[in-house]
Amino acid sequence: MSLMSEVGQKAFNLGVPIAVHMDVTYRCNERCVHCYLDHDDHGELTTAEIKDTLDQLAEAGVFFLTFSGGEVFMRRDFFEIVEHARRLMFNVKIKTNAVMIHEEEARRIRELEVDSIQISVYSHRAEVHDAITKLPHSFERTVESIRFLREQGLRVTIANVLMTVNSSDHGGVQKLAAELDVQYTLDPTITPMMDGDTSVLALRIPGEELPDVFHNPSLVANQEEYCAPPKPPSAQDLEGYSCSAGHSFCYISPYGDVFPCVQFPLPTGNIRQQRFLDIWNFSPQMKEVRSIQAKDLTVCSSCSHVSSCSRCPGLAYMEGSMRGPSTADCEKSFYRTGVPTANMLRQGLSKPRTFSGNSTPLIQIRPVAVPA
Amino acid sequence: MPENCIYIARSSAIAARALAGEMMVMNSADSTFFTLNEVASAIFQAADGRTPLRDIVRDRVCGQFDVDPEQAQADAEQFITELSSHGILLVSNQPLSSQTSRETPR
Repeated sequence: MSLMSEVGQKAFNLGVPIAVHMDVTYRCNERCVHCYLDHDDHGELTTAEIKDTLDQLAEAGVFFLTFSGGEVFMRRDFFEIVEHARRLMFNVKIKTNAVMIHEEEARRIRELEVDSIQISVYSHRAEVHDAITKLPHSFERTVESIRFLREQGLRVTIANVLMTVNSSDHGGVQKLAAELDVQYTLDPTITPMMDGDTSVLALRIPGEELPDVFHNPSLVANQEEYCAPPKPPSAQDLEGYSCSAGHSFCYISPYGDVFPCVQFPLPTGNIRQQRFLDIWNFSPQMKEVRSIQAKDLTVCSSCSHVSSCSRCPGLAYMEGSMRGPSTADCEKSFYRTGVPTANMLRQGLSKPRTFSGNSTPLIQIRPVAVPA
Repeated sequence: MPENCIYIARSSAIAARALAGEMMVMNSADSTFFTLNEVASAIFQAADGRTPLRDIVRDRVCGQFDVDPEQAQADAEQFITELSSHGILLVSNQPLSSQTSRETPR
């Protein structure tokens, strides 16, 4: 186990919120087709409120702090916020589309000793990227910004969300990342919208295409182990927990709402009404999330995948129960290993049911094969 | 460098936080990650750039832990040499102020 993993486990065991994801705004200059956010401002935390929250997070033991949105640079006070966070000695990461980062902003980010910047790039083809973001020239601007950040010696990761409309482009984005000398990460997860609207799920890549992702050695390391049939769960596995949500990680919205995770919309309290540590330590919802062990899961406790599944309790919650299965993760487990999940078997399915939502096809996008 | 002239300060490039009595420290420049034990954490937290190392060792180490003063001083010098090589601590024979973190890590 690496030192970082050891520390993470220690924080988990002690119930210390070692990492927090904070969205400072939901406003955005892009309108990505798969985005789950409502971009109107319904009363964001003020600069003073955010600074006070950061003071409380430092007091609570938070070390890793991710600022995201929306687009973080839509806030004119964003650098003031980062400066305060760095004064409090957080390890700061930023997630952005980068279109508002020019040479001056890149220099400021370096001066503030930000750990790393994650930037969304959907395709190596400008017309595809721009059709997804619905912002003309966004590809050109984002790539130019990545160059500014690299010139400052900053660590950059391109995050490539994979969906129906760009499913053949990950090879091209990987090559682009290599050319720009930045890291690359791929995510095939599309999340329902905050208001529960599931229409965006029609953008999830069809399950049948997932094996191409999971069995691609350039995308997934340790192929053999990752795609191996699941081992029978041990007693220890059944005592285990799903993930760090609510244990050593949480999410804070631009309005001060605290959730177990960015992908787990269970309200646990609001920092305009309560101290962060009171919410973290005493919220009944947070305590409930923390109490759930694998043996308590209604369907998954009897599933052969229970010890290796990426089951997201937040996605399960959005499907109806935080103790239930997350269909998207059932699908991933099946297409990763070829072994049906308990959730599929109880429905008499030999392979996952294809999602049929109200799709808004991007007819202007035609996937093309990426040259090897 | 004579030991009675050593001043140490935390670099402004680092992130740091206490976790159950140990200090987690990360240098954003190269993502090197350390955890410091209780004694090392005490020295690190006292590294304000103004207090001589010998005073830190006397007050924060010998005053708090049951250690031999000479051994403590030698260990402290070895410790600051290692952390300064990773850009975590700045070391000088004069008081330090710029490029250092003024906030005491929590």
